[in-house]
Amino acid sequence: MSDSVPAASQSNRGDDFDRRDAAWYVDRLVHLLVFLGGVSAILFILGIFVFITREGLGYLTASFSPSEFFGSIEWRPTSDTKPTYGILALLTGTAAVSGLAMVVAIPFSLGAAIFIGELSEGKTREILKVLVEMLAAIPSVVWGFIGLSIMNPFIIDAFDVPVGLNVLNAGLILGLMAAPIMTTIAEDALKAVPDHYREAAEAMGATRWQVIFRVVLPTAKNGLVAAVLLGVGRAFGETMAVLMASGHSVNMPTSPFDSVRALTATIAAELGETAHGSEHYRVLFTIGIFLFLITFCINLIADLIVRGIRKK
Amino acid sequence: MFEATNRNRWARRNQSLIGALLGFMTFVLILPVLIILGVLVVEGGPAISWEFLFSEPTQGMTAGGVFPALVGTIWLVVVALLASVPLGVAAAIYLSEYASDNWLTRFINLAIINLAGVPSIVHALFGVGAFVLFFNFGTSILAASLTLAVMTLPVVIVATRESLQAVPQAFREACWSMGATRWQTIRKVVLPNSISGILTGVILEVSRTAGETAPIMFTGAAFFLPFLPQGVLDQTMAMSLHLFVISTQVPGVPEHLPYGVALVLIGMVLSMNAISIAFRMYLRGKKKW
Repeated sequence: MSDSVPAASQSNRGDDFDRRDAAWYVDRLVHLLVFLGGVSAILFILGIFVFITREGLGYLTASFSPSEFFGSIEWRPTSDTKPTYGILALLTGTAAVSGLAMVVAIPFSLGAAIFIGELSEGKTREILKVLVEMLAAIPSVVWGFIGLSIMNPFIIDAFDVPVGLNVLNAGLILGLMAAPIMTTIAEDALKAVPDHYREAAEAMGATRWQVIFRVVLPTAKNGLVAAVLLGVGRAFGETMAVLMASGHSVNMPTSPFDSVRALTATIAAELGETAHGSEHYRVLFTIGIFLFLITFCINLIADLIVRGIRKK
Repeated sequence: MFEATNRNRWARRNQSLIGALLGFMTFVLILPVLIILGVLVVEGGPAISWEFLFSEPTQGMTAGGVFPALVGTIWLVVVALLASVPLGVAAAIYLSEYASDNWLTRFINLAIINLAGVPSIVHALFGVGAFVLFFNFGTSILAASLTLAVMTLPVVIVATRESLQAVPQAFREACWSMGATRWQTIRKVVLPNSISGILTGVILEVSRTAGETAPIMFTGAAFFLPFLPQGVLDQTMAMSLHLFVISTQVPGVPEHLPYGVALVLIGMVLSMNAISIAFRMYLRGKKKW
């Protein structure tokens, strides 16, 4: 290649200052290759949408009725007489579990972010950050196993209820799973507040806490909102832990001690049993499209908010 | 004149109270990690032995070891890395060294955020639709690993981009002004100065890939296989799915067995993570600029 390229460049040399030598062509080639690598991220996102839609489309165009799909609590995919595919109960299950997760995770992870980012320093801070990273690294199937084997008996004993696999169990676990990403991103947002803001406030006689509450938090507001949104996205899309800890029964929950079933867990539990191309199979892919679109919107909004800060 | 007013005292007392509260919240958040590790070690520790690691599950997975699952996880991780590391590093080089701040770059960044944010079960559906069915790899290590590769691509891209951007711009400018092309600069100056950071990201990706369950359930991981995979078109067992199966699908599993599997799995994941973190700290200490 290094022999042929200069010869090719010889022909279109305009003047003596043309420096399109072998290295120049290699650079162009690498530029093209890494460009393809960069664009692959976009192709994969489009690919996810296209291939899921391709499998789910048969249901969407044939017998899909939004009022039944979103409005019915009857999820009876294997009924012999008349299968019904209403995801309202599953959607409510997902919402209940993620909602509880956020109630737990938002205060604790914002509190932890403030503590790690503003109040601790040196070794303590390093250790805390490593521990948060460790929390993030625990695989979701291990979380699910903890829900089954540790939280389940604990909830049964502590609250005197017959079943410990319920909204409370899955919500607490999801909260712990969503917390590290929220803590990390919130801490980044706090770190992005320039130090001279803090110094100016301290020079006016503000206490540490007044500085944080009146100066740092309002300035970092958008980043904190983005952190919460990404945490919501994480909890919403979690699969294995919810499948194992929520009880997995189709149910409209009325208390935290009710078992529920989540959208993601339904796909994980049922896809293996459906025949390829059957209606049930296509409905599961349709739920996948729905999950994809929702998380896409959450991520898009979080990104727009973060971008808003950078512009400022 | 300089005596503290009531308001000052109130503010000071509040400050220490709230500091203590926030410290307590942080503690509550990280306490579970320690409890979980403690319980897994205590309950699962006795189950672990050389025999457990190097023998097959027997008696309908209610006894025996985890060897096929362990080997399967290694297969899945290695094949996934072969696909995602070159692609991720290329994408990061493009974003850090070549791309200008235009709409395409913004789209690529948005796509990366979304690849990381899409639920793992949606990645699984994508793997079924694309790799298993459309490209006709069947349920195989290849299909499962490619699904994992797409899913963990953002980890490599983000880590690599960060370590490329940590190389001071002055290094590049010095190189360019000697007449080097962008690629010569990247190969001789930027990559040598960031390769260890990239490696940190790759180790982190190993940790993520080894623990994933949902993306491999329908694309290549099997509940039980009595033999080891011979190539990338075979199905395989995997540690993560094995934990799911013996803790939910198989009746009569003795209690210590899933704890042992969970301990081995979390041991693999956290040790990779710890190596990555230690490596990063070591590099930070060594940095000359």
